[in-house]
Amino acid sequence: MRTVPISVTVNGEVRQAAVEPRLLLVHFIREVLGLTGTHIGCDTTSCGACTIHLNGKPVKSCTVFAVQADGAEIRTVEGLEQDGRLHPVQEGFWQEHGLQCGFCTPGMMMTAVALLEANPNPDEAEIRRAISGNLCRCTGYVNIVKAIRYAAEKMRQPEVAPAVAGGGED
Amino acid sequence: MATTQSTQIGGLGYAVKRKEDPRFIRGKGTYVDDVKLPGMLYLDIVRSPLAHARITQIDASKALAMPGVVAVITGKDLEAAGLAWMPTLMGDRQMVLPTDRVVYYAQEVAAVVAEDRYTAADAVLAIDVEYEPLEPVVDPFRALQPDAPLVRPDREQKTNHIWHWEAGDKEATDRVFQEAEVVVAQDLYIPRIHVSSIETCGCVASFDRVSGKLTIWMTSQAPHAHRTVFSLVSGIPETKIRVISPDIGGGFGGKVPVYPGYVLATVASLQTGRPVKWIEDRSENLQADSFARDYHIHAEVAATRDGKMRALRVRTVADHGAFDAAANPSKFPAGLFSIGTGSYDLEAAHFSVDGVYTNKAPGGVAYRCSFRVTEAVHMIERMVDVLADELDMDPAEIRFKNFIQPEQFPYKSPTGWEYDSGNYPAALQKALDAIGYQELRREQAEKRARGELMGIGISTFTEIVGAGPSHTFDILGIKMFDSAEIRVHPTGSALVRIGVQTQGQGHETTFAQIVAEELGLPVENIVVEHGDTDTAPYGLGTYGSRSTPTAGAATAVAARKIREKARLLPRPTCWRSTRTIWSGATTPSASRARPSAPRR
Repeated sequence: MRTVPISVTVNGEVRQAAVEPRLLLVHFIREVLGLTGTHIGCDTTSCGACTIHLNGKPVKSCTVFAVQADGAEIRTVEGLEQDGRLHPVQEGFWQEHGLQCGFCTPGMMMTAVALLEANPNPDEAEIRRAISGNLCRCTGYVNIVKAIRYAAEKMRQPEVAPAVAGGGED
Repeated sequence: MATTQSTQIGGLGYAVKRKEDPRFIRGKGTYVDDVKLPGMLYLDIVRSPLAHARITQIDASKALAMPGVVAVITGKDLEAAGLAWMPTLMGDRQMVLPTDRVVYYAQEVAAVVAEDRYTAADAVLAIDVEYEPLEPVVDPFRALQPDAPLVRPDREQKTNHIWHWEAGDKEATDRVFQEAEVVVAQDLYIPRIHVSSIETCGCVASFDRVSGKLTIWMTSQAPHAHRTVFSLVSGIPETKIRVISPDIGGGFGGKVPVYPGYVLATVASLQTGRPVKWIEDRSENLQADSFARDYHIHAEVAATRDGKMRALRVRTVADHGAFDAAANPSKFPAGLFSIGTGSYDLEAAHFSVDGVYTNKAPGGVAYRCSFRVTEAVHMIERMVDVLADELDMDPAEIRFKNFIQPEQFPYKSPTGWEYDSGNYPAALQKALDAIGYQELRREQAEKRARGELMGIGISTFTEIVGAGPSHTFDILGIKMFDSAEIRVHPTGSALVRIGVQTQGQGHETTFAQIVAEELGLPVENIVVEHGDTDTAPYGLGTYGSRSTPTAGAATAVAARKIREKARLLPRPTCWRSTRTIWSGATTPSASRARPSAPRR
């Protein structure tokens, strides 16, 4: 089995591995790096559960080879929380009941983060267009939109005293 | 009730942030594909490219010669172990792997076990299967013709007809129809659909040869019921099987049936002594997992000229696919379909349903409804509209005219259901007022006058949920009870274990709120565990909107017993909380009005 060495920066950390050229990026992230927050829902670029950031852009990692990510910066759901503080999008999803089974949630949040980084004040139509490549089979879209609006508002506010993220409880 | 405390402790009716979310929003949930065990092998499945065919040969030699391939399992191997067939929850049997023929497209034909996912997928392509095509039958009406291809020659009855079922009084119904002023009829096809949860199905089976214990992490809406099925299939006692249903990425009924993949992974683990993972891809999930609906309904309503419905007659052909493996928690083969008289007072009704085999994947998943209630509700509501259209009546008016009236409760329906209480006219009026019905009708008339189309639809429904009472509900003769186990620790925190399993419903929050309400403990001090048959009490699982009515009730009852017992005991000295366990109904504070708090 031929392998190719690759080096990627994942959530700020340099990770190196020798991978089969056909290894999908999502399998690299989940099985080689052990970051299982990125999920596989459809294997066919349809559902968006595997959405991650590749060099700052949201991509569906089930349709990218790991070797294509050589030298890239990757951000996954595990990289959203910073210094024990939830990302405003994570906070929004929790606050606005933006998830039920939680399976689409990481991909949905990564898409939302990318949207808000590009457009800090999206209207509902822009939010809906941005998440149109992410499916929620619990059909919780109304609350997902609310969660993203909550996050947008929060991100536009000036920084206040840091709140420590809750462990397991509110 | 502990009214003054409810808002602070997050009791019933108060919005609390979900307890399961901190792990999900961090990507720290544990779904079945996240389970990784040392030495774990991967299983992949060879599937049939034909809907109906005889298998003449399976050649696995090329696959077995591939580096990393550990084993290939065929129907013949399973037959030797008595495992080629498994029982279904409907008293039928289903192939785990075929020994001589395939009966639907994408049916499991053989399994490959390999050191990794990619090698297993390669090996699937390397297995040569020779098929001799047979004529398939995919239309249930064609399947009922005497010269139709036989889907299940393994059965004694050489027909594709599975069962016939009736409810209601046929003679009385026919009599009303004979003398009726108006009769309307319609054919309704409720198509086959797939539930398509965002997480596909899968499992990790791990057999420990030393202890003889089998542990299966699986996408299961009913871990205890599945443990019982595994025990029945394998002969391993339930004490030696542990089913763990971890976080589940949506179920919608599709994770109630037992799929061959679960059994194959288990066989592979028994055979190799190593953990074996099987995860479907989306194509397999959409092609071969159980489907919902597929009811061909012919419905008729007899009525008076002024719109009073008198009788309902329903004949249905139910396409169950190649195996009657429906996930049906009721005692009736057509589930709760006879609730189809809905919210209306009728003199008579008669339902008949015929189950039919076709060359399709098994049907009968209860997608987002109590079993067959969606079909029933669609049928009756459509027929009320058809009648309204025939008589040129307003669809709201015709419903008011036919509702069971509040004073008629308790009401016995012509198909035998007892309705305990209700006020349907008040409910519909409230809904009409809320949407401004008359105003909408005026708007519609104006738009139509200028050639613009606008539709207004109305539907009301009465359904049965909460699969519980044993006169109606059953799986495998176990009945449909559910359980809760509560342990209160000396410091006043509590551990709640329940027999139902969440797939996104939020049990860890809801059930904690029930206990908070009953015991007066803050919701954050209550931990809810579920899904592990070694620790959770026996329960029949989550589907058909049954968890809160059954296990929720069990939880409340258990909490009340603890509350009564706690009142007899002195307060532990280690209890630093200022709250009492139970304030009692006679304390002055409890008589205060319930504080208004945001409700979901």
